[in-house]
Amino acid sequence: MSKLLTWIDDRFPLTKLWEEQWGKYVAPKNFNFWYYFGSLAAFVLVIQIVSGIFLTMNYKPDATKAFESVEYIMRDVPWGWLIRYIHSTGASAFFIVVYLHMFRGLLYGSYRKPRELLWIFGVLIYLCLMGEAFMGYLLPWGQMSYWGAQVIINLFSAIPYVGKDLAVWIRGDYVISDVTLNRFFAFHVIALPLVLIGLVVAHLMALHEVGSNNPDGVDVKHQPKDPRTGIPLDGIYSHPYYSIKDIVGVIFFLFIFSIVVFFLPEMGGYFLEANNFIPANSLKTPAHIAPVWYFTPYYSILRAVPPMFDSQFPGVACMGIAVLAFFALPWIDKGAVKSIRYRGWWFKIPLAIFVVTFVILGWLGTMPTDALGKLGDLEIATLLARIFTILYFLWFLLMPWYTKRDKTKPEPERVTG
Amino acid sequence: MQPRIFRTIAAGLVSTALSAALFASVAHAAEGPEMTEQRPPIDRHDVASLQRGAKLFVNYCVGCHGAQHMRYNRIAADLALTEKQVADNLIFRGTLAKDGYVTDKVGETMKTAMDRADAKEAFGVIPPDLSVEARVRGTEWLYAYLRGYYRDDKTATGWNNLVFPNVAMPNVLWEIGGQNKLTVHEFPNKEQAISEFVAIHRVASLESSGHAEGGEGKAEPKYVIRVVEPDTPGTMTAQDYDIAVADIVNYLDYMAEPAKGERIQVGIKVLIFLALLFVLAYWTKREYWKDVH
Repeated sequence: MSKLLTWIDDRFPLTKLWEEQWGKYVAPKNFNFWYYFGSLAAFVLVIQIVSGIFLTMNYKPDATKAFESVEYIMRDVPWGWLIRYIHSTGASAFFIVVYLHMFRGLLYGSYRKPRELLWIFGVLIYLCLMGEAFMGYLLPWGQMSYWGAQVIINLFSAIPYVGKDLAVWIRGDYVISDVTLNRFFAFHVIALPLVLIGLVVAHLMALHEVGSNNPDGVDVKHQPKDPRTGIPLDGIYSHPYYSIKDIVGVIFFLFIFSIVVFFLPEMGGYFLEANNFIPANSLKTPAHIAPVWYFTPYYSILRAVPPMFDSQFPGVACMGIAVLAFFALPWIDKGAVKSIRYRGWWFKIPLAIFVVTFVILGWLGTMPTDALGKLGDLEIATLLARIFTILYFLWFLLMPWYTKRDKTKPEPERVTG
Repeated sequence: MQPRIFRTIAAGLVSTALSAALFASVAHAAEGPEMTEQRPPIDRHDVASLQRGAKLFVNYCVGCHGAQHMRYNRIAADLALTEKQVADNLIFRGTLAKDGYVTDKVGETMKTAMDRADAKEAFGVIPPDLSVEARVRGTEWLYAYLRGYYRDDKTATGWNNLVFPNVAMPNVLWEIGGQNKLTVHEFPNKEQAISEFVAIHRVASLESSGHAEGGEGKAEPKYVIRVVEPDTPGTMTAQDYDIAVADIVNYLDYMAEPAKGERIQVGIKVLIFLALLFVLAYWTKREYWKDVH
């Protein structure tokens, strides 16, 4: 065995790669609960790719057959229902895990120098994931697939001058049609996954280059070395310590995941919408079109911004900026320390407000704008969405100011506990 | 002086909040009437009920609707029937429609024999495929809908439905279920209406009306309860008819996801396995981490 390995290592840096990227990678020893979500995101990516491959074997990207082929998978393909539910639940699980992973970054300032590029790769992964989820959602060819895609692509027509042509270019037709379905299929099963995997590799390489942050914000990589072990004082090898710890995390995740897959695959209409069991019909617009839950915060922002000069563009622009704003974090956070443990109230309270804002915007985005009734002429849901949209942007806009005036405690030299 | 100002402000705030709440509830009522809850007495494991449901489904529904994702032999496999029983009792061999579909093969799906163009002409809409209808509507809705028909001279079919107003489909089950009529009851106050409403065990709706928008001579709000009540009986008693409808709903629910039973069974095993695996993995992790200080 070791002979074979030597033979390979003489020709390909297999051992070197393994040791640099994981085996001998030194990670801080004080990772807490929040540090499970990175490896879980990678795990869900694998789940989605594997289940996706099996779905592709029986799915037909054809407007007359797509809906039927999904039901064929659900009924006639052995274990097809399981593969399909794994994939549909996996999409939502991916976003849950990624949102928690991003929140970890906010908690401990993981985007701060020298991890700016690592963060940028992360946000790019998030963007790519949104595209992947959006295009994948068209494939079952149900009413929500169809009209959800219609609404989102129509957003592009709000862009001045080029918008209308751009929307036609994206659809390949004047309405969502078989052409659109085919190209979305191509993007969903090969183009975007390739980009996604490339970005994940870049994200991991950047991480292993700069070293992991930790809940204390301590720079473990540049600590003095422990004379006994020859690695930084608060560091441990990823393997076997984090290998086994992440396996525990993965099994716990699978337990929760399986509860949804086997007992609540529709998740009360949040993971699989009831209207998506009606085949797509270009002549029948559903009364209420809602995107899947992971897009609803942005959908809320889109609806909250009133049209200006007869154009939806301001709303579309705000929605785009709301996502892209995450890129700016490494440069707008002026705090003296990274971790929330050593920050003051001027960081903690805005972060808490931001989290509440994101959740409430998400909740508002799942319902029709008249769902909460009216106050005079104004819909209450729209009013709330406007208030929280403003809060959303204020969190970013005021960050340089409030993080600078925040009273921080000094970060320790060594990790605590 | 000061306390009074506070009291005025407080009163102002309270009245604003109250009127906001009222507005909200009124706007809510505008969305549509409240319906009585109609949870069907169904059990997925009741094979006899599913068999009866399947029989009623092919007798009364497949003529127009079809279930093009559901195979006949799947019914045989899941509902403890032989393929011959299914072929003899559930598949109708009739004349071929123009583009409708008639089969005698149990491996085929339950396509309707009705021609699409004929359907469109007869009903104004093509009757939807019912394969996954229970996942679209939910069993409660279906149970109320199939019992929500009443006679109405103003519609083309002579039938109307409290759950699905002006629905294109006539009451195909009237022979067994009899004919219902709609009775309307008005109440001046909400409490009385609600207490009456919750005691109704038929398909019924509650709606408030009379708060016309704007308008100076605003009418007092009144509360209207509409109840679907038996008029002339069918071949079944009311209780038996409710059971028959529950059987159809049970079957529709089964047909919408035939793998559901297997899904739950496998799920329990998977969870037990993962729980055990978790314990082992956790112990292993603890063992490894002993040397991390």
